[in-house]
Amino acid sequence: MADKDLQVREKQEVQTQAETTRNIPVYIPAVDIYETQDALKLVADMPGVSPENVDIDLRDDQLTIRGTVTLEGEGETMLLREYGVGDYFRQFTLGRVIDQSKIEAAMKNGVLTLTLPKVDKAKPRKVEVKIA
Amino acid sequence: MALLRWSDQADLFRPFEEMEREMDRLRREMDRLFAGFRGIRPLRMGVFPLLNVSEDKDNLYVRAELPGIQASDLDISVEGDTLTLRGERKSHEAEENVSYHRREREFGRFRRSLTLPTRIDVDKVEAVFQNGILKITLPKAEEVRPKQIAVKTV
Repeated sequence: MADKDLQVREKQEVQTQAETTRNIPVYIPAVDIYETQDALKLVADMPGVSPENVDIDLRDDQLTIRGTVTLEGEGETMLLREYGVGDYFRQFTLGRVIDQSKIEAAMKNGVLTLTLPKVDKAKPRKVEVKIA
Repeated sequence: MALLRWSDQADLFRPFEEMEREMDRLRREMDRLFAGFRGIRPLRMGVFPLLNVSEDKDNLYVRAELPGIQASDLDISVEGDTLTLRGERKSHEAEENVSYHRREREFGRFRRSLTLPTRIDVDKVEAVFQNGILKITLPKAEEVRPKQIAVKTV
């Protein structure tokens, strides 16, 4: 993986059902989701969002991630604009039963990492096979 | 050949005049498009990362979105009028025994150069990396900064 050249991914704008109050675009963050034995982990790229501006909501099995960017550069004249600046929004329906009280979120360098622990009954149980 | 009155002949050329006008308009549109960014032309090696460039009276600002990159994995250099960004986004070391549901995030190396539109003071270039956004501040060279000239009254 290390010798691969990074390819550019154009940011995709969200076609939201609900309109937002801020008059700036809303983008879909790129996300990795993987499952370990005890938890689901979600990693989302949200550059420009500071840790206090992330909003995570889990209702039933609907997970909503929202990130609000801090706008800067007012008073500057744009010379070249290759990427758009805007908020982030994405929703997932979780197939697993998550222990909501134990969700952990960490935000570092514009990357959100969510750890969603599975409830006990969703964890795989080892079933011993007895030899008759 | 039938004789044509002068006025009829003018009609004959009308479609060509229209075409010429259209061509003129197109040429102007193209000129406007290419002149739009005051001669900033990125030298595209690999296209990542995308850059936003802006300026104010004293500085040029170059911003790039680089989420998940360590500041120590970034290499920024300015040589003459060329700004070069190099770096690598390392894949996150996931625990053992994981199964992926989604993989959208990209990893790898990148390198990008940009030709700057004005002379800058190379010694005073600063870079800040915050919340996954790299912001490079390039102070304009003294000779290209706008100068205020006081008008004396005699």
